[in-house]
Amino acid sequence: MAQTTSAAEPTRRDFLYIATGAVGAVGVAGVAWPFISSLAPDAQTVAAGAPVELDLTPIAEGQIVKLFWRGNLIFVRHRTAEEIQAARSAPLTALRDPQPDEARTKEGKAQWLVVYGNCTHLGCVPLGQQGEYKGWFCPCHGSIFDTSGRVRGGPAPINLPVPPYTFTSDTAIRIGAEA
Amino acid sequence: MSDHPTTYVPQSALAKWFESRLPVMGLLHSSFVAFPVPRNLNYFWTFGAVLFFMLISQIVTGIVLAMHYTPHADYAFQSVEHIMRDVNYGWLLRYLHANGASMFFVAVYIHIFRGLYYGSYKAPREVLWILGVIILLLMMATAFMGYVLPWGQMSFWGATVITNLFSAIPVVGEGIVHFLWGGFSVGNPTLNRFFSLHYLLPFMILGVAMLHVWALHVPGNNNPTGVPIKSGKDAVPFHPYMTVKDAFSLVLFLILFSWFVFYMPNYLGHADNYIPANPSVTPAHIVPEWYFLPFYAILRAIPDKLGGVIAMFASIAILAFLPWLDTSKVRSAAYRPLYRIFSWVFVLCAIGLGYLGAMPAEGGYVIASRLLTAYYFAHFLIIIPLLGLFETPKPLPNSIVESVLGKAGSGSGLPTGAAAEPQTKG
Repeated sequence: MAQTTSAAEPTRRDFLYIATGAVGAVGVAGVAWPFISSLAPDAQTVAAGAPVELDLTPIAEGQIVKLFWRGNLIFVRHRTAEEIQAARSAPLTALRDPQPDEARTKEGKAQWLVVYGNCTHLGCVPLGQQGEYKGWFCPCHGSIFDTSGRVRGGPAPINLPVPPYTFTSDTAIRIGAEA
Repeated sequence: MSDHPTTYVPQSALAKWFESRLPVMGLLHSSFVAFPVPRNLNYFWTFGAVLFFMLISQIVTGIVLAMHYTPHADYAFQSVEHIMRDVNYGWLLRYLHANGASMFFVAVYIHIFRGLYYGSYKAPREVLWILGVIILLLMMATAFMGYVLPWGQMSFWGATVITNLFSAIPVVGEGIVHFLWGGFSVGNPTLNRFFSLHYLLPFMILGVAMLHVWALHVPGNNNPTGVPIKSGKDAVPFHPYMTVKDAFSLVLFLILFSWFVFYMPNYLGHADNYIPANPSVTPAHIVPEWYFLPFYAILRAIPDKLGGVIAMFASIAILAFLPWLDTSKVRSAAYRPLYRIFSWVFVLCAIGLGYLGAMPAEGGYVIASRLLTAYYFAHFLIIIPLLGLFETPKPLPNSIVESVLGKAGSGSGLPTGAAAEPQTKG
């Protein structure tokens, strides 16, 4: 055995302890990573997130259509003139998450609102054409959304987000890909 | 365990041979046969045994159910109905397991109340108490994930709402939720991993429960007076005095359990969970299982997403700090006239929150939830610390035996020989 002393001067042994511990810690982290990473959305799930096409022609004015992209519910709403008017006339100062309606729709396509269909509070599906602003009302915890999908009351912290989408023609959209 | 040198004497040659190589029989004997318990323990002290029985019951029924269940989003609901209709006694196993979860929580809430009322969390039992809080959290996680497995509407939306709680965490919340789901929404990967964890966690509970018993056996049981055992006269051996009391209590508890299993097996469930999961429609009225309702009410009482989530987790975590929030030196509420009242008020508050958790989040219910949530936290953060400073406790008895038999009576009316040398009995 080498002579062990508790001198203040660091010894070769101290260095070996620290170096061994450091290498061990890196090793543990390296082995832990595959286990953690395996919990992330897998390749199949990610691949299933390919863009989806939707033909808008059958959607009547005032109707809300539900579809899924990446397993997430999406609302496509064909808004009436009054609903657009209501969304555009709301003062931004009255909003919790201020966003003009123009920023949530495509230019020249004000009648089409495309938003995620899960409440931003805890993920329930809000009911269309209900609530104080006739946009959506979430039955779980009482969040209220207007006809632009913006939160107007209740516990939801932000507006219903707008997914990435683009008009492929006048009457069709592709959800999941920006232009 | 380690504190009590065993009095186990192996009889046969085989037992002697074994004991000298692995002294496990001696350990069990000193822990569950000769172990001295206060002679005045009442029926509140039998719920530890009831809980142990329920844990084993859940594990046994769960292992058999897992042999028939398919953890896949397309087949899970069908496989549960298959268990109900095709598997021999599958209905019984499933109803035992589903109602067993509820009974487990009935017992654990009584057990926790016992700890609160008699001050069982105070020194030297703080670690014992914190291990209990950890078991409660593990139980909640296990019960929640178990409820997801039938993949009905309540399963799906319960999973959605509860996992979305983590999205309230700033910056990393969304990433964490995607890792929990294994996707971009609750789906098959979520169901798979919940099944895996639902199978794992009960064994972790079993492990922590063993530490809980170990931590209990270092200082020994608290008792209704809160006065520790001072002499052999204060104690009786665990067997037969506690074993028979635990067994009797367990029989009564099993009657209640059986009543639910055989006469109202779906009373504590929700009809919507017999509808297969549908990610495009949320049930009109989402409620968690009854044992989560008080915490759900606290979540909804706070008009802010992150705040609500923090309050809900804090309402459980605060229990772990109770040993240091309580400033009173007296353990038992029997000798604390004010705390005694406040502890019952707290029970009413918890029941009130449970009721409000089941009601829709609107109007007067929201206001009442906020008041009771405020009271819930005030109980721990204001009332308990102040009571210890201002309350005048009643005089404590000098010993357990004095509290049972009066000052004159010590020594008479004992179970013959039981109190004199409790460690040697059994």
